[in-house]
Amino acid sequence: MTTAAPSAPATNRLGLTKQDYVGSKSTLCPGCGHDAITAQIIAAAWEMGLEGSKVTKLSGIGCSSKSPAYFLNQSWGFNSVHGRAAAIATGTALANKTLKNILVSGDGDSMSIGMGQLVHLIRRNVPVVYILEDNGVYGLTKGQFSATADVGSTLKHGDVNEIPPIDPCSLAIELGCGFVARSFSGNPKQLNAILKAAMAHTGCAIIDVISPCVTFNNHDSSTKSYKNAKDHDYPVHDLGFVQYNEVEEVEIRAGDAREVAFPDGSVVSFRAVKDDYDPTNKLAAMQAIHASKAKQEFLTGILYLDPQAPTIHHFCPTVDEPLATLPQARTQPGPEALERIMQGLM
Amino acid sequence: MTTSLAEGSATLVNDFSIEVATVNGSGSQTANNVLMRTIFQMGVPVSGKNLFPSNIAGLPTWFQIRASAKGYVARKHDIDLMICMNPETAKEDVAKLKPGAICIFDEPLKLDSLRTDLIWYPVPFQKLVTASCPEPKLHKLIKNMIYVGVAAQLLGLDMAEAKSAITKQLKGKAKAAELNHVAAQAGYDWAAANMPEQHRLKIVRDDKTRGQIMLDGNSACALGAIFAGVTVVGWYPITPASTVVEYLIDYADELRKDPVTGRPTVAIVQMEDELASAGVILAAGWAGARSMTSTAGPGISLMSEFIGLGYFVEAPAVFVNVQRTGPSTGLPTRTQQGDIELCAKASHGDTHHVCLYPANMEECFRFTYDAFDLAERLQTPIFLMTDLDLGMQNWASKPFTFPGKPFDRGKVLGEKELAELKDWGRYKDLDGDAICARTLPGTPGGKGAYFTRGTGHNEYAYYSEKPDDWTKLVDRLRRKLETAKSLVPRPVVDGEDRRGILAFGSSDPAVFEARDLLRAAGKETSYLRLRAFPFTAEVDAWLEAREVVYVVEQNRDGQMTALLRDFYPQHAMRFRKVLHYDGTALNAQTLVDQISGYEK
Ligand SMILES: Cc1ncc(C[n+]2csc(CCOP(=O)(O)OP(=O)(O)O)c2C)c(N)n1
Ligand code: SF4
Ligand SMILES: [Mg+2]
Repeated sequence: MTTAAPSAPATNRLGLTKQDYVGSKSTLCPGCGHDAITAQIIAAAWEMGLEGSKVTKLSGIGCSSKSPAYFLNQSWGFNSVHGRAAAIATGTALANKTLKNILVSGDGDSMSIGMGQLVHLIRRNVPVVYILEDNGVYGLTKGQFSATADVGSTLKHGDVNEIPPIDPCSLAIELGCGFVARSFSGNPKQLNAILKAAMAHTGCAIIDVISPCVTFNNHDSSTKSYKNAKDHDYPVHDLGFVQYNEVEEVEIRAGDAREVAFPDGSVVSFRAVKDDYDPTNKLAAMQAIHASKAKQEFLTGILYLDPQAPTIHHFCPTVDEPLATLPQARTQPGPEALERIMQGLM
Repeated sequence: MTTSLAEGSATLVNDFSIEVATVNGSGSQTANNVLMRTIFQMGVPVSGKNLFPSNIAGLPTWFQIRASAKGYVARKHDIDLMICMNPETAKEDVAKLKPGAICIFDEPLKLDSLRTDLIWYPVPFQKLVTASCPEPKLHKLIKNMIYVGVAAQLLGLDMAEAKSAITKQLKGKAKAAELNHVAAQAGYDWAAANMPEQHRLKIVRDDKTRGQIMLDGNSACALGAIFAGVTVVGWYPITPASTVVEYLIDYADELRKDPVTGRPTVAIVQMEDELASAGVILAAGWAGARSMTSTAGPGISLMSEFIGLGYFVEAPAVFVNVQRTGPSTGLPTRTQQGDIELCAKASHGDTHHVCLYPANMEECFRFTYDAFDLAERLQTPIFLMTDLDLGMQNWASKPFTFPGKPFDRGKVLGEKELAELKDWGRYKDLDGDAICARTLPGTPGGKGAYFTRGTGHNEYAYYSEKPDDWTKLVDRLRRKLETAKSLVPRPVVDGEDRRGILAFGSSDPAVFEARDLLRAAGKETSYLRLRAFPFTAEVDAWLEAREVVYVVEQNRDGQMTALLRDFYPQHAMRFRKVLHYDGTALNAQTLVDQISGYEK
């Protein structure tokens, strides 16, 4: 190895460059919010030093669901069927509990066709970073309303939505999700911090990311347009995230920052911007979300956090090793066991 | 023909049928199983059919027991001994009997005034139960055990065997067993003292069931999965498939705990529906687990989109389908072979799936076990097709033999193999058998990651819309079915006659008996029992050599006939459909009648 030339790109704890975390070239529309999120997934995974071979990238169907192809080429992808990536995540997690699962879905994929599976994924607290790329429309099928479209938002050709939306964040909090966040594809710094914290979380992390569809839903009257989201994005706090392997070295600023630790030792710090937002208080979180909605704001940040909530591996406490690769000697009872059962049935 | 008493008053030894009419939820199931088991323990081949309603309590249910020295275990049409415990159906139950049949009934029902051509045995059940059981709230349950005692005395059953059957049936519940012993004995003693002896129906000790086990097909499937090392189960309750997983949970509790940590080596998760169940097991299979689900027709319908994905991305998983009577909710507690076409071709687009058709308990066990090897070898969903008759009824069987060989985990590349390979592509057919080597998420070394997608892809799993890539892919999937032919169980063939019977699954016992009946009437037959789809070369050759082929199946449309016609149009002219689809288990006479009808 030559000594590092001055131009050598930065490397992470595994000695990998950011380039090692990219995927194939995106085929989404130029300017699509989803691509901006992809960029932050790459950045966060690199900064966290995720081991590519230990990561899965799961999705349903939609423009958003295509994006796992655009990051982490070293990881295993599964672009499945519309609205069912939650079951794919559950099966993957059960088969191999040592994997880090990143799931990308859309508002159509999650809040309409896949609502049932999302609800139960949260309820079982399946370990997964669930990124809901929320543009208020079905991008891939050319711009129909989704269940997160706000009342009064209009489609390109003039249709007005009159049916109230479902808010993924309050839903997730209500269901007991241990990590609920909202962000905006146009706020890379905050999104990056949230993604890293979600990657440190051991349970199900739901992140609703407002992600404008520049082709079908980016006119100023749309509540999920760049302009609208920029004008109405109210972060509840400045987020800091310190990874477990850096905790020793980095001193977290004291003062008004509040810290929450993850089981692996990582720490998120919240510096309040609005009032004194407490992300561990479920009721307060709900209240803040509803209050901001009444003022037509998007409350962003980590809205609720309970890193200790038991996961599916608590309900289904299989051995530590991946079930997928347990040898036959550990999964097949011996002939004497069969003989004993046969005797009992005689 | 050795059928009902109507044809003579000779004693029928070890060859008659009993029907017990009771009310669902009254605890009669235990009593009926004891009666059946007692005959089994006396060495006489016996079968039981529980005809139960889709209801928790209150609706009528019937239990048919058939003893047959010749080993005929299919349902028998005529009843020789009727036990009437349900006032609501008693009149109908009595009306359907042939003259000369025996009827035990609850005395207050006064059934003996209905017909003069039956042999009546009124029994004061309430009086007997009050005398034998001190706890009034148990009377309803205990009453059933009284008829077991009465029948035992009437038929010459050994009370010691009856008591051991009770103990077995109520394993671990000593107090309940004791109460039931007393009740059965009370029935027996009362009958001995008060009932005139009869010489028409007798059970005499034999040794034909020695060394045999008795269980239902769902238990056998559960055991097959346990011994196949199943590691992930996703399921959603549905009759008649639920007990496959419920028994599996019990067996896993006993047999699949890690000896060091005491923690399970199998994850069993009740999902929110069948869509999720299918997704969980396909993802688990994709990630390297041995995965399975158990469901019935409505569940398969819901799973269909995922099944297509599994076929197309080539992910292994085992789907047990315990078929029931459809369409729609249909008759959820009745049997049918109604999903033959559905499962062979489940999902949209061009799809074909490997289906296994077990016909008995050993095959339920062994084929479930084999299904895991096939799924991983072929990297595709495998369907194990049983039905309510196999799955939920009790059957005698030879004990299962331990499948002492290594699991076939299929073509999976690890870190070392990947390091040696220059140009790996997930969907590259290097061996010419249409099966490509896969990798599992988590494989270290930085090689072998790929993108699984339900969209069109090339050999490297990259997205492709090129016509050539597409046809190459779907043609290879079709060729994979050819490879499957060398792996699936061959058909079982018997006889040389040009008059052939082709059947599969739970039709087997009725065909066995029907062939004897046809032979007695001068009609020789040969028999091919299909055990798998895709059809193997033996099927073709056998069809080729027949003049006429009676295809026996338990559905309305002749679904297997349609599949056979599809693959062997050259033989289609010789197919004759022999169908049964009223929800009851197949009986031999139906086959004889239909086949004779064709030959008039
Ligand atoms: C079973 C099924 N129904 C319908 C579709 C068509 N479809 C594809 S993507 C999509 C909506 C995607 O919307 P969303 O999840 O919001 O993703 P976006 O494209 O907006 O990112 C629909 C309806 C499908 N693929 N599968
Ligand atoms: S249609 Fe909308 S959501 Fe889809 S890629 Fe284009 S901008 Fe993105
Ligand atoms: Mg959308």
